[in-house]
Amino acid sequence: MNAFVYHFQFEFRSSIRNRAKLVVNYLLPIGLYALMGPIMGPVIPGFREIMIPAMVGVAIMATTTLTLPEPLVTAREAGIFRSYKINGVPAFSILVIPALTTVIHTLAVAVIICATAPLFFKAALPVNWPGFIVTILVMLFASAGLGVLISVVSPSSQVALLMSNIVFIPSMVLSGMTGLPNSLLPAAIRKASQIFPATHGMNAFRAISQGLPADFNPAGSLVLLVMSGVLSFMLAVYLFNWDRHNVTRRGHPLLGLIVLLPYVVGMFVLS
Amino acid sequence: MKDLVIHVSDFSKRYGNVTAVDRISFDVHRGEIFGLLGPNGAGKTTTLESLEGLRVPDGGSLRVMGVDPVHQSRKLRNLIGVQLQTSGMPDRIRVDEAMTLFCAYHGIAPRSDLLERLGLMEKKSAQFQQLSAGLQRRLSLAIAIAHDPPVLFLDEPTAGLDVPSRVELHKLMRELQTEGTTIVLATHDMAEVEEITDRVAILLRGKIAATGSPLELTAAGSGLTKVSVYTKESSLYDAEVTFPGVSKRIFKEDYNIYYSTDVGPTVAAIIAHIETRKDTLIDLRVERPSLEDRFLEIVAEGNAS
Repeated sequence: MNAFVYHFQFEFRSSIRNRAKLVVNYLLPIGLYALMGPIMGPVIPGFREIMIPAMVGVAIMATTTLTLPEPLVTAREAGIFRSYKINGVPAFSILVIPALTTVIHTLAVAVIICATAPLFFKAALPVNWPGFIVTILVMLFASAGLGVLISVVSPSSQVALLMSNIVFIPSMVLSGMTGLPNSLLPAAIRKASQIFPATHGMNAFRAISQGLPADFNPAGSLVLLVMSGVLSFMLAVYLFNWDRHNVTRRGHPLLGLIVLLPYVVGMFVLS
Repeated sequence: MKDLVIHVSDFSKRYGNVTAVDRISFDVHRGEIFGLLGPNGAGKTTTLESLEGLRVPDGGSLRVMGVDPVHQSRKLRNLIGVQLQTSGMPDRIRVDEAMTLFCAYHGIAPRSDLLERLGLMEKKSAQFQQLSAGLQRRLSLAIAIAHDPPVLFLDEPTAGLDVPSRVELHKLMRELQTEGTTIVLATHDMAEVEEITDRVAILLRGKIAATGSPLELTAAGSGLTKVSVYTKESSLYDAEVTFPGVSKRIFKEDYNIYYSTDVGPTVAAIIAHIETRKDTLIDLRVERPSLEDRFLEIVAEGNAS
């Protein structure tokens, strides 16, 4: 336990020393918020009501799916995990500690958004703060798990970046984060969008945090996100590879697609 | 027979269609410094990494103090210390943080005495990426020995080290040996092997081409001693002049170089010849066959076969 705590402290300090990482963790989500806030607020009706959770959702997706996987892949490629293995650092710590660090940075961004959006963009505050916080934590858990899983199944940092974008870009467009109501989408695409954690996160935010009508059962969305998060971390530990030469991975990387199972089930069950 | 610490039997490892190590066997005993020597791609690092549990053998068996490195990795980690060929550490980890982190995972207090010993104390707040290659190697070594492992694996331990650091490392290795630590090192450095190892296995294309102490290996070679002679005049330039025991003669950088099987009579005859010709001897050097000579012979034999 002491080793885990010390490892976490080091990782957190290291993430602050790394200016590039700091920029990505803070500037990217805050930049998107600063860009979208003044444009979407006046243009899209009702955006101010959902702006805070939407911008927090963007921050969550940016930090977890875009920025979390690449350093993990790079560390594996640099042989750092080999040193870890030799010295008894478990795969669980290697994967969970960077995710925890990312969660803390993202929560800091969420606080900045909550504090500034009402002032600068007349954004509505959540009507249910506990629900808002629970939804943030559940969405962070699911998407951090997805980011970690992407790092594990990606053979290189380029592939990790590609996979991150395959998740991030459609999540932005189809989940309702940009302020476009999900109901405007064609029925088939609306259904397909439920494959992304961001769609469920936004659904839960709308109903639980902001008191707005949900597209489908918001509690169901939270359950699916938790299930997906648990599956992601379990699969990531199971498929973990200590180095790029190691062929002892316990299963094919495509097994990672199992993480989508809760969302696929949700498409048929949630209404 | 001293305690058996490492047992390698018919060990093989393939990468795709390439056989990196082909059914090699050797034992290392308690307190030995054992060298794995070979050209690039000979299988040294693969052998070390398989003993460290980083690679899974395709055949044969490996044991480190009776522990199977693949299936008993938890037991293994407190038995071995490892300095990898590339010092894989996070770029931004500080020297003292690295020591604390890895000691924490071994369940021991940080070893600042080792940082002091290896000249890292002044750099304890420096990030890993800010250290020179030599300091990075020293930090890896400090971490490798922090938990006092009975077995130490070193892959190219002196690569990137300056001469004083290298001497200090050899001294440390001797001390560890005295305390009973078994050391296995892979290296290209012949002088290091001759100076520090008790026994050596020369690997060539994944097979053990020769094994024994450096002296045994050297003695098993062609046994030619090199006699280099530099004179004021040209008394030795005559190609017709021969000396007892000389099997080969070359001329290089003003030196006549003779390879002799019987060095005493050769040197005596050379000096007598110089005096007879009223020439003056400026320099005469006698060099016994080195491990490097023997290594090159083995490599040449291996390439010819």
